[in-house]
Amino acid sequence: MTPPQRRRRQPPPPPPPPSPAVPKSAPSPAEGQNGGEGEGKNPERLYIITGADGERAPVDLVTLIVTRAEAPSSATPEQTAVLRMCAAPLSVAEISAYLRLPFSVVTVLLTEMLAAELVQARAPIVRQQLPDRSLLEAVMHGLQRL
Amino acid sequence: MDFNGSDTIPGPRAEDHLPHTTTAAAKIVIVGGFGVGKTTMVGSVSEIRPLTTEETMTQAGIGVDDDYGSETKTATTVAMDFGRIRITEQVVLYLFGTPGQERFWFLWNGLFEGALGAVVLVDTRRIEVSFEVMGRLEEGGVPFVVAVNTFPDGPRYPVEDLRAALDLPPEIPIVECDVRRRASSRDVLMTLMRFLHSLALSRSLT
Repeated sequence: MTPPQRRRRQPPPPPPPPSPAVPKSAPSPAEGQNGGEGEGKNPERLYIITGADGERAPVDLVTLIVTRAEAPSSATPEQTAVLRMCAAPLSVAEISAYLRLPFSVVTVLLTEMLAAELVQARAPIVRQQLPDRSLLEAVMHGLQRL
Repeated sequence: MDFNGSDTIPGPRAEDHLPHTTTAAAKIVIVGGFGVGKTTMVGSVSEIRPLTTEETMTQAGIGVDDDYGSETKTATTVAMDFGRIRITEQVVLYLFGTPGQERFWFLWNGLFEGALGAVVLVDTRRIEVSFEVMGRLEEGGVPFVVAVNTFPDGPRYPVEDLRAALDLPPEIPIVECDVRRRASSRDVLMTLMRFLHSLALSRSLT
């Protein structure tokens, strides 16, 4: 009995540079356009939570969010919940899970909170052309402890 | 959803808080077809109870709902389970179990782009399900290892037969695993890390 056969593919000749999702930089036009299109199609309920249409901060699933200010009196329940749960660093993925809101909605929510300096973002470690060997070694040590 | 009562405020349990010294997170993607054991693998190595992030897919993104006409805005919810392992006081590692169908990937911005690497979980009963994802990882330059989750009723192929069938170069590790066991899942992740490390070494020499 032989398994089905696949054919290998090649990466495109010039490897695309990694796009670091640094929250400080402005979102690319492409992201802004996609975001706008997505919002327009979303149900109204999501629109209210995320506030005005706009560009999203380029946060990654594993961007860590940390609270940096008290909840203002104008804070929405969702903002208050984020500020409370991010007293210790928490990834955007976890915020999405605990709030039970889609990742895209959380991204817009956090874009506002970053702009208002209610929270701070810690950029993720992204894959590089030359991977950081000391990081990989640390991960191996961490896994061995499991 | 009600956030007004303070008792219902969601969030991590106190023991799941990351230390304030945590400066950065990295991610690994575990990808494979439906029912291959992604969620089980995430759960068996995660230090927190696995969580789920969701994304809503509208017809604008994929165009599969055309038959229903434009009035029916069917929104499909796609879920992705993930777990977490603390590496050092500064670094935390996240594991995402990702649906194998490429039309889901764009939902989570940068899911594969920034990942350190990927584990392609293969079920020998349905090997061809993993073909597309492997091709996409190759095209994207995302390093990956292949883990064969052994099911009792699945055919067992010698590794070299699998390597030939998957058309993988000799340096890409292929390992068998039982994702229900933490040690076995951990070994798969170790295999990926050693592979990434060897890539880093060989690239630093060239």
